Amino acid sequence: MIQQYLHAYSYIAIFALVGLLYVVVVLTVSRLLAPHRPSKEKSHPYECGLVPVGEPWGQLNIRYYVFALLFVLFDVETVFMYPWAVVFRDMGWSAFLEMFSFIVIIALGLIYAWKKNVLRWV
Amino acid sequence: MLSLGSQFLVALGMLIGILIILLASMWLERKALAHFQFRLGPMRTGYHGLLQPIADAMKMVVKEMSVPEGVDVILYKTAPFIVFIPAFMVMAVIPFTATIKAADLNMGIFYVMAVLSISTIGYMMAGWSSHNKYSLLGCMRSIGQFVSYELPMGLSVLAVVMMAGTLNLNSIAQAQSCNWNIFRWYIFKQPLAFIIFFIALNAEICRVPFDLPEAESELVAGFHVEYSGMRFALLLMAEYVGLFTLTSICTTLFLGGWYGPPVLPGLVWFFLKTFSLIFILFWTRATLPRVRADQLMSLGWKVLMPAALINVVITGLLIMLKVY
Repeated sequence: MIQQYLHAYSYIAIFALVGLLYVVVVLTVSRLLAPHRPSKEKSHPYECGLVPVGEPWGQLNIRYYVFALLFVLFDVETVFMYPWAVVFRDMGWSAFLEMFSFIVIIALGLIYAWKKNVLRWV
Repeated sequence: MLSLGSQFLVALGMLIGILIILLASMWLERKALAHFQFRLGPMRTGYHGLLQPIADAMKMVVKEMSVPEGVDVILYKTAPFIVFIPAFMVMAVIPFTATIKAADLNMGIFYVMAVLSISTIGYMMAGWSSHNKYSLLGCMRSIGQFVSYELPMGLSVLAVVMMAGTLNLNSIAQAQSCNWNIFRWYIFKQPLAFIIFFIALNAEICRVPFDLPEAESELVAGFHVEYSGMRFALLLMAEYVGLFTLTSICTTLFLGGWYGPPVLPGLVWFFLKTFSLIFILFWTRATLPRVRADQLMSLGWKVLMPAALINVVITGLLIMLKVY
């Protein structure tokens, strides 16, 4: 049993390794074949051929941050629902009603965010 | 039970397989788009341009990888790794047929969702480290988009998990086993979940109409503006690997995986279904214009998210009432 379990996970590790090897190999091959002649013009940041104006690492729309926060909340809640989804068929109505109330609470959170105009992109 | 060495060979085989699929889908995309627009597309390299993707790959290898000044070098150079490797790792759990598969993971679909979100960090690294306004904007848009569409995607997968009672992709496909009775496929029992999943899939791989992160008319190319040569090719490849892996996950979840009427072998069914989905994605690309940023966000949060939550509740209710 435990052997089978580890067998599946050793595959994951090996796939990661093969992916890593592939990236390293193609980058090395490219390094060997491709020319490497850096020049001042070439190393300018691209900005439609003009000299870049201002600092690129500037301020960004705060909305991105708000959506990321919302995502973290709802994603954690979605993760909680996965184990329930696997077993709830055998656990009967009580499990269903408990998860139903959980979903209602999530939905209330979403409605709250909606009403507070957090979901509006401006 | 395979030894580590043979597992390595399987993984290598999968890598070669995905590279061939990648070249095929690149060719298919160019040809399909061309014909949608009454053009011929690539014609010179080989029969109907069949060798075009190979020629493109060769060109990518021999192009210079220039590193612009002012970039955060470590992040800039590791980003292609972080983007490509997770995209490839998803291949480990895809069941092509009952026997042709690598890892038979108990939490297969959960693993897919988890690994897919690692790529997001790679996009962030690529966009941030490039020291360029366009790439920073592009990567912020990518993150916003991934984040908004991962939730409806996860919730629509949840409905399928409830139906099948397992997270194992192999068992989910087996729950839809059929001969001629294709109505056992979950697309017929969970049409809403399929639609949500497919839209979210389209957004997760940033294809038109959801290609805001790389909207070429406003952002040049998004997070990979400053990438060139092989590093750019790796980012591009990750995108196409994601295209294939996500559509094959969609096939497994909703279209019965390798099951179909017994006129064709299972593997053929699997690729037929997957490539039909890929073709539909090309078709939407040729048909639809790009959505606006606010439309994108409101579709994700105000339409798909509530719809997915309601779908979960309805599915639960139907299972409790023994309809499914």
